[in-house]
Amino acid sequence: MLARVTGGIALAVAVLLGLVLMLLVRESWPVLVGGGWTRFFVGDGWFPSSGQFNLLAMLWATLAASLGALLIAVPLGVLSAVFSRFYSPGWLIMPLRRVMVLLAGIPSVVYGLWGLTVLVPLIAGWEPPGASLLSAILILALMILPTIALTSEAALAAVATSNLQGAAALGLSRKGIVLGVALPAARVGILSGALLATMRTLGETMAVLMVAGNVVQTPASLFDPVRVLTANIALEMPYATGDHRAALFASGVLLMLIVTVLAWLAGCVGARSNA
Amino acid sequence: MSEVGDSQKIWGWILALCMAAGLNSAALADAQKLVLTGSSTIAPLALEIGKHFEKLNPGVRVDVQSGGSTRGVIDARVGLADVGMASRALKQEERDLIAHRIAMDGIGIILHQKNPVKSLNDDQIRAIYTGKITNWQQLGGEDRKITVVNKAEGRSTLELFLHHFLLKNPQIRAHVVIGDNQQGIKTVVGNVGAIGYVSIGTAEYEEAHGMPIHLLPMAGVPATVANVRAGRFPLSRPLNLLSKGTPTGLSKRFIEFAQSAAVDDLVTAQYFVPLAR
Repeated sequence: MLARVTGGIALAVAVLLGLVLMLLVRESWPVLVGGGWTRFFVGDGWFPSSGQFNLLAMLWATLAASLGALLIAVPLGVLSAVFSRFYSPGWLIMPLRRVMVLLAGIPSVVYGLWGLTVLVPLIAGWEPPGASLLSAILILALMILPTIALTSEAALAAVATSNLQGAAALGLSRKGIVLGVALPAARVGILSGALLATMRTLGETMAVLMVAGNVVQTPASLFDPVRVLTANIALEMPYATGDHRAALFASGVLLMLIVTVLAWLAGCVGARSNA
Repeated sequence: MSEVGDSQKIWGWILALCMAAGLNSAALADAQKLVLTGSSTIAPLALEIGKHFEKLNPGVRVDVQSGGSTRGVIDARVGLADVGMASRALKQEERDLIAHRIAMDGIGIILHQKNPVKSLNDDQIRAIYTGKITNWQQLGGEDRKITVVNKAEGRSTLELFLHHFLLKNPQIRAHVVIGDNQQGIKTVVGNVGAIGYVSIGTAEYEEAHGMPIHLLPMAGVPATVANVRAGRFPLSRPLNLLSKGTPTGLSKRFIEFAQSAAVDDLVTAQYFVPLAR
């Protein structure tokens, strides 16, 4: 009975995913066939009302925001996990973890609201307009930091105690144990946590929409306002018709492709750790 | 055994539901249908009004399709639509139709309260939005970079703004592109050097409730809902339903309903200004 129910649910999820993909492709079909897929990567820019659908600037912005957020959040998240695993006094471990879990559960629109009313004015006082690639990176980093810290901590916790004790018995310092034994042994877990976080940064919409400025341009500096692919869909879909609408669905397909590649990478990493 | 029985029962229910749905749509097909086409600005409002109209008139179905004011004019003229929708006044050569105003649409330019600039003319606003003026000092203000806040493509506020200032969207050098009015107000509140435009109804409400913004007058006319309603404010336009000749029957009832006080809250919810009565 349980096998049938779980099997049925698993099948339903797979079918649902297939249907979503089919819908995306079907809705973007007119523009894919009509103008050819190259029109998304050539042309003057994104001017849907004049039939220009160049997504490249938004693709670069999406990747830059994700990469920037990872560069900040991965080192901080791993360091925080190392602290709570190896250096933290015992009474601090649980409160710290609770805070991380709480942070991981805050809805993104709350981060966005905070970014719009606090972070953006702060950056605007320094270098207007404030809404920029930098604010997007900072908000995304803040959002994925708890995820990375928690997955890294779980990965460090999974390192066999005998390895750590063996290293200690060999006379390694605590620093030596962390850098030489624990982190290398946990790297696969840390990496898959980072990949999960990357997918979240790519898919995040509301928070980035609120702080990034949403000007379609290839970012030349951290202070340039940018528009990411997800924000573009959310901004324009309610009023889009015809080819414009189809182009937005096509950018959804593009996002899905990127995330699929990442998921596949995560799968490879997982498979290697099992081998 | 009982599992089979259950699933049979479920299938029975589903079948019954399908049949009910089929009967239902068959009944609707016989019902009276009212087709509205035209302005994508009015379409969301017409959809809401249509829903309430359907509730009050069982058996009536209101079908709303957008496609631009010009389509509204053409469809109403040739009879493809019972009622057309146009978010502008009728042109000279369109006077064969009758326009029935249902609401006004108005946008106001907003600055931060701390910005000492108290008025701008059309040329100055055009220069700011096309990136020819980039510092408030050039306009008699403080030495501060101007942050240009623009709306995302497809919004009716953007369309009205571009139309009034004779601009095309690619000409605009925006620093921030926003979706809804609230985001625009928060962006200006958070940046003393920002300039943006939002629906007057929203801006007037937020200004009255303590948001540090101020609405600029246009051509000496203060940006107020009252001035938009009276048609005095330059950055405003009428939202019209169109009929070929004097409306009769269902069209007449719908137009009268759309002009009645019963839809004022629907009009306000879409950030438009209800009619003066």
